[in-house]
Formats: sequence, C-alpha cells, structure tokens
Amino acid sequence: MAIKQKTKSLKATQNNLADTFMQLKVLNGAEISGDKITPFKTEIAKHDYTGIQTVDTTIFQINIGKLCNQTCAHCHVDAGPDRKEENMSKTTLARCLEIIKTIPSIQFVDITGGAPEMNAHFRWFVEEVSKGGITVINRCNLTILRANPKYYDLPEFFKNHKVHIVSSLPYFTKKRTDNQRGDGVFEDSIKALQMLNEVGYGKEGSGLILDLVYNPTGAFLPGSQETLQAEFKRQLKRKFDIEFNTLLAITNLPISRFLDYLLESGNYEEYMEKLHAAFNPATLDGLMCRNTLSVSWDGFIYDCDFNQMLDLKVNVASQHIDNFDLAALQNREVILNQHCYGCTAGAGSSCGGEIAGV
Amino acid sequence: MASYFDPKDLKKFGNITEYQEDMGKKFFEWYGTVFNGDTALTEREKSLIALAVSHAVQCPYCIDAYSSACLEKGADEEQMMEAVHVAAAIKSGSTLVYGVQMMNKVEKLTM
Repeated sequence: MAIKQKTKSLKATQNNLADTFMQLKVLNGAEISGDKITPFKTEIAKHDYTGIQTVDTTIFQINIGKLCNQTCAHCHVDAGPDRKEENMSKTTLARCLEIIKTIPSIQFVDITGGAPEMNAHFRWFVEEVSKGGITVINRCNLTILRANPKYYDLPEFFKNHKVHIVSSLPYFTKKRTDNQRGDGVFEDSIKALQMLNEVGYGKEGSGLILDLVYNPTGAFLPGSQETLQAEFKRQLKRKFDIEFNTLLAITNLPISRFLDYLLESGNYEEYMEKLHAAFNPATLDGLMCRNTLSVSWDGFIYDCDFNQMLDLKVNVASQHIDNFDLAALQNREVILNQHCYGCTAGAGSSCGGEIAGV
Repeated sequence: MASYFDPKDLKKFGNITEYQEDMGKKFFEWYGTVFNGDTALTEREKSLIALAVSHAVQCPYCIDAYSSACLEKGADEEQMMEAVHVAAAIKSGSTLVYGVQMMNKVEKLTM
C-alpha cells in the first residue's frame, strides 16, 4: 500500500531548523528557560576526559543520499521523497572505494541514507565492496522492498552479497510504527521482513544477518536492549512468524526533525534534562565516533552521521575525500556538542545499539 | 506556593534525605532493589504494576514517572490502560464488597 507521509522535510517547508546553525543555537540553550544543561565537554571533564580521541577506523559509514520513500517524524537526516538533489555520484562512490582499500583496519562499510537503495549506483557499489571481502551493512527502511517492482529482487541481491541488513522497526504494533514513520509503513515493513526471512535472513545458521533498530516513538529513552529484544522476538514470532538476529536500541538525538518534534510538542527542555540526568561515563570509551569515519553524499568527512547532519566536519585539515589523510583522521579529536548527550545516556547509543550495560 | 503539585518537584525527590539522611538513603536503596533489573518480575512488569498503583493512590508524580518508565521498558498503550483498569477494578471492587457488610447489617435489622 502507498505510504501516507505524516510530514514533509524541514527543507521543503523552509523550516528554520533546516539551517544547522539554528539547530546548534537551540542545542546550546536558546530554548531552555531554566538552568542550562552543562556543556558536554564540561560534563566529560568531570570524569577525567579532556576530549574524545579516535582509534583505528573499523567502520566506513557512507550517507549515500537524502532521498527516501518515507518522511519519518524523527529523521535526523531530514530525508524524504523531496530530497532529490543530495545523492552521491558514481565518481564520489568510486573515490570512497579507493579509500576503503587503503584502510587496513576497515571491517564494515556501513551504507545509510535516505533509502540507500534509491541511489542509482547502490548495487554497483555493494558489488564492488563485497569483492574486497569487506562486510557491507545496509540500513534498509524495509518499505523500499515493497515500494516498486524494481526493488522486489533486493532480498536476493542482499543474500548474494551477504549484506548485513539493519532495519528500523520502532515497535511491533501498527499505531506506534505508523505514527513515527507514516501511515502504511507497519504493514509494508512486516511484508518486507517476511520477504527477507524467506531468503534466509534472520534464520539461525543461514549466516544472513537481519538486525532491527528500535527508536523510541516519542520523547523518552530506550529501555534495556535485552528486555526489548526479548519482547520484540516474542511478539513478531507470535503475530507474524518473523525472525531476526539482534534488536539495536538507539536513542533519538535532539537534531533535525526530532528536534523539531521536541520543540513543537513542548518536550525539548525535559528531554534534554532527561539525557543529561542519564549521562553515563561508562559509555565514553565505546562511542561509535571513535572508530568511525562518516562521509556525506558530497564527499565531506565527519565523526558520525549526527555531526554530519549538523555540518560539524572533522577537526583536521583532511575534511574531504579528495584530500584524504588517514594518519591525521585516525588521530583526531571528535567534535562534541550538546547532542552528544544522546549517545551517552543510560546504556548509551550507537549505530550498533547499546554501548554499555547498566 | 502556586500549586501543591509542581512537575519539577519530582526531580527533587532525592532531597528528602536532607532532613532525614539515614532513613532516606535506606528507602532509596530499597527502592532501587525493587525496580532495577529483571528479577522474578521483569522491569516492564514492575513498571506496569507501579503505574497501576500510582493511579490507585492518585499520585501525580508517580503517574508522570511510571508513564515514562512503561514506555521506556517497551509497554504499549493498551497494556498501560489495562493496568489502570486493573487498579480501577480493585478500587471499585473494594468499595462494592462492603456492600456485603451493608447487606449483613440490613438483614440483621430488618424482618
């Protein structure tokens, strides 16, 4: 069924928050009436961290474009069907491929978007990375597998290249899922998961990994990943005979459309206080920005996908793939700001889910 | 004081130790043992019970805290409202069951 979008991109509606400067202004206290949230750098200094230092890069994350068939209410990319201009070219992808081959520590090429599959060069790129023996992670929104007949064979394509699939399913009920991701998304997501199961994804012993991502469907933090996973496994098996490998609990970071939602719903101040109150120093060593390089559709380099969306480029001279300097990039200090509280709250949050048990 | 109930007061709950440190600390330690971790009951089940009790004792601070906790632990709206119905059913039942006492008295007094 066709997805009825709940919203439009901030860019399309000419919302002030489409400007990253405005987002940073809000994050740094413009909308807080009471006590300001302690600056993130000051908070970590209380635990003897002068900054966050990177280690060898194991994940090369590429945001291949902002085009998407969905317009989710919490999207930190501000992706949607109207974001047709920002898509990675084949030349840029080819340059990324060259770079990947020069980084011996790389274990994963993590492709995200938008809906990555909508980029015309997606399949070519996956094939090329796979030839090098590196695991491709594809952040698939599920509904793309049902969006158009030209995508129906994607499960077979993923299987043939042993692509590790990471898919968002915020909840195992229609109401919560559709409220966040658009009317009709739940139904199509369930069908897509069944398609992936049919070719072996999520099945024990198949070697085909299907992980799900849980994002809270509102202004609250994710609970224990282990507990949520057990509930998701039980409910999806019982209701739809669906299997998957791991549930990754990811906190919504207060940027882009989720920031807009927080402000519009009057939850911003309380949410920031909640993130701050839940700050857990045990998450700092496991932050994904330490071993990740994040590349945007136009080739700029960032510490993570969130910094990318705030246009906070890496703090070394090598800020673009045309000027790639591995030694400098692997020995950099991460750019921090108030949104970083999102990755350090409670058990922590990364593209791989929880960081530390609490 | 503008109101007896201010949502911001919830964050000050820990301050009760300022007036009675020993008892307050013991309470919070025990409280943590009750709610933290999956024990014989899961954290989600304990949060749903807490939500039901919050309604029964009509504590706005508790309803605030355990509505959030239930969502965080993965409970859905239907489960949360069922928990409130359980509390309401027991409150109603506990009133109605006194009807038997009333009936006993009436039967004793009347021919």
